[in-house]
Amino acid sequence: MFYSVVLLSIFGILNLFIGFLKSRAWLLPITVLFLLIGLVANLSDWNKEFYFWNYMMSTDNVSVAFTSIIIFSTILILPLSRYFVHSETAPTAEYYAILLFSVVGATMMVGYENLLMLFLGLETLSIAMYVLAGSDKRNPRSHEAALKYFLMGAFATGILLFGVAMLYGATGTFGLSGIKQYVVTNGLTGSSSMLMIGITLVLIGILFKLSVAPFHFWTPDVYDGTPSLFTAFMSTVVKTAGFAALYKLLSVSFAGVYDIWWITLAITTVLTLLIGNITAVYQNSFKRMLAYSSISHAGYLLIAVTAMTKQSQSSILFYSLAYSLATITSFAVLILVNEFKSGEQYNSFNGLAKRNPFLAFTLTVAMCSLAGIPLTAGFFGKFYIFVSALNKGLTWLLVVAVLMSAVGIYYYFRVVIAMYMRGSEEPALSEKIVVPTSFQVVLVISTLLTILLGLDPDLIIRYF
Amino acid sequence: MLTLFLILLPLVAAAVALAAKGESVKQIAFLFSLVEFAAALYTIFQFTPDASTQFALNLSWIASLGISFKVGIDGISMMLVLLTTLLVPFIILSSFGHRYKNPSAFYALILVMQSALVGVFTARDAFLFYLFWEAALIPVYFLAGIWGGEKRIQITFKFFVYTIFGSLFMLLGLAYLYFQAGTTDLEAIYALNLPAGTQSWLFWALFIAFAIKMPVFPFHTWQPDTYTESPTPATMLLSGIMLKMGIYGVIRWLLPVVPEGVAQWGTTALILSVIGIVYGSIIAIRQHDLKRILAYSSFAHVGLMSAGIFSLSIEGMQGAMVQMLAHGVNIVGLFFIAEIIQRRVHTRELQQLGGITQNTPSLTVFFMILLLGSVALPLTNGFVGEFLLLAGVFKFNPWYAGVAGLTIILSAVYMLRLFQGVMFGNRNEETEVFTDLTLTEKVTLIPLAFMVFWIGMYPAPFLKLTEPAVSELLKLVVR
Repeated sequence: MFYSVVLLSIFGILNLFIGFLKSRAWLLPITVLFLLIGLVANLSDWNKEFYFWNYMMSTDNVSVAFTSIIIFSTILILPLSRYFVHSETAPTAEYYAILLFSVVGATMMVGYENLLMLFLGLETLSIAMYVLAGSDKRNPRSHEAALKYFLMGAFATGILLFGVAMLYGATGTFGLSGIKQYVVTNGLTGSSSMLMIGITLVLIGILFKLSVAPFHFWTPDVYDGTPSLFTAFMSTVVKTAGFAALYKLLSVSFAGVYDIWWITLAITTVLTLLIGNITAVYQNSFKRMLAYSSISHAGYLLIAVTAMTKQSQSSILFYSLAYSLATITSFAVLILVNEFKSGEQYNSFNGLAKRNPFLAFTLTVAMCSLAGIPLTAGFFGKFYIFVSALNKGLTWLLVVAVLMSAVGIYYYFRVVIAMYMRGSEEPALSEKIVVPTSFQVVLVISTLLTILLGLDPDLIIRYF
Repeated sequence: MLTLFLILLPLVAAAVALAAKGESVKQIAFLFSLVEFAAALYTIFQFTPDASTQFALNLSWIASLGISFKVGIDGISMMLVLLTTLLVPFIILSSFGHRYKNPSAFYALILVMQSALVGVFTARDAFLFYLFWEAALIPVYFLAGIWGGEKRIQITFKFFVYTIFGSLFMLLGLAYLYFQAGTTDLEAIYALNLPAGTQSWLFWALFIAFAIKMPVFPFHTWQPDTYTESPTPATMLLSGIMLKMGIYGVIRWLLPVVPEGVAQWGTTALILSVIGIVYGSIIAIRQHDLKRILAYSSFAHVGLMSAGIFSLSIEGMQGAMVQMLAHGVNIVGLFFIAEIIQRRVHTRELQQLGGITQNTPSLTVFFMILLLGSVALPLTNGFVGEFLLLAGVFKFNPWYAGVAGLTIILSAVYMLRLFQGVMFGNRNEETEVFTDLTLTEKVTLIPLAFMVFWIGMYPAPFLKLTEPAVSELLKLVVR
């Protein structure tokens, strides 16, 4: 963890200089190599637990795992950049550097041990995302996305910082373990109102980044306007890091006052599930549907956070991985389909099974995984989250989740139906799609892993 | 190992079918399904007819959660494995007369479905059971959705969402059982002894999934449309085998798991089933589409099976076991005849048919045999099953049996009306040139007709096969 943070920061700066090279052909391989080195450096901390940087950060197996998911997702997303950043004028190296910096930010959100580091990580990640959201300079909707994301995001960060200050006021420390000690010894006595306001404000700040209802209003427009490449990054890496941070904060510092925050989270969970799933049904754009689907998956993950049982951590971990893999596949196929017949609507997928059976199959596996159909990783993730919530007796929450999963089938399978059961009337839609090698590699890896983890989830969860 | 072989062989066959090109894939699929049937027959000969679970296999799978790949066959499973492996060759053979586009995918999906079905009937682990349960749904959804009739997309989608909706509640129920038992092993779940209040809601969580699959009134609204719009092989899979998943689920995963829940709600379920019998039969009488009549008849018949099971008597259970096989044979045969007629005259409307019998002596005979089996005439297979089922319901409550018994009269009404409308009456331009059965069609129908009589005249081997397992299971339910 320590080395991966340091190395990736250095690599990010290096990347900016590599941008001066004339040939751009090497940029992508080099950046992927950087990330691979970061991944290896990260994994070298497996089975080690230590603090570093003066108790500002810490590492253990869970944070190593979360960081690995983040870096791995980024490695899978990078090769999808072919169509977007390879135009003549695009500052490719800068995009890659920004991505590396945002990975550093995400890593800090996973390994923080001090609320200031959380804030720092969140900001590093967010500012990078504001830039990338607006990176499609010719598209006004990209501008809109960047501006919306920035305004709302800055507001939320402000709230978070205010909350952190409140917590400091109440407990006299920024450190997670210091806060924990205060909470354990004092509980809600003493300066309890300050503590409660602090918890609430910090929660709001994080939940905003996770696009949890009722703080989700920015999500559809931002996801829709942002170039698909970076939307994939937003909906996987940012989510994973955010949930790792949220879980760490609540389980380490505030486990002692579970009673005061769980009901808040439970209510937002129900809201998120309802709003995310039901609104997704009414979308005609596949990309917008994915935006709402990301809201709804935040809801499922929140179930595990709310439950806070011994399976919660590993279920969040597994679910994040499953969700990231399926989401990356979906965006990869979306980028290709959009490239060959500009459209992100459902009907752009009509007859895809005939044009390219491989793409149709991978997207079907991804949709099954997102919908939670067995034999895919997504199913087990859902099952595991159900189990973690049952341990706490949150059956009523699960009934909502089950109903909403059924709704989820509806919108995820619309695209499957379009691909396999509808023909394409327009002649333009009947031409074959050529899948570039980089896309093929990404699609094969993510699809295989989705199926493999669905068949044998023990590959991951036995370690936690 | 034999169980694993039975599950895996169709999967291998599916892979081969996918790799094969052209029309030869039909023969390949058929050949594999015959090998699978032979393997099932071999299993039956190796099977000792007692209550034990045989050919068991327990592989460690998701060890950290106490989930294992545990399969095994007892009498009840044996019967359903027999049903599955017996019917799939006929289903494949019956499709020989029709050229489906993209045949390798078509037959691969049928074979994948077979694998999942065998898995459902042999799983001894709740998690594994659920996996197979869903895995059986996906292939048939694509079969119906891609190769189905005009309105296939909306209709099969309704079917898909409806059944998944039920399954998700089952998943919640199974997850709860897992949470209580700490493992998903069937034996451990049987031994749980949960409080009555918990069993009460668990009953509904599980029952809704099974009731939708069967379907039991009022969860049947997806069924007639889906049966009608699906390509005939998919309809056969749905009605011949998949419907039995629901019944099997009730027997294995509902009654012994929540006996007290059954004590509270069993009568309600029985009454719903009986309503379904009468309701389905009456609607069947008013239908004009061949396949639709058969769909409603299937709905009515499954109602009786479900009622027999919820009577919790040995007669009812045994009747359901025999009737599952009998109904599978009959309904597959009848749907095949509907398909034959549709292929020749390109319509399934009763008004546009008639007088076919004049140039088709052999079709008439086979149609009549299967039809009589379906209306439960003595000496045919339907009689044995329905008699036992009604006896079981009678023991539970004579009044319910009286209402359920209407099925015998009503099914004769709609079936004979169907036969009359199709085979007798005046010929029209289309039916005048109707040709008799081809060789393949005869080869398909002869064994089915034989089964009608065999089970009807000498059901003892089938009853003996399941009897010990059924009575053992009933001990768990009626404590």
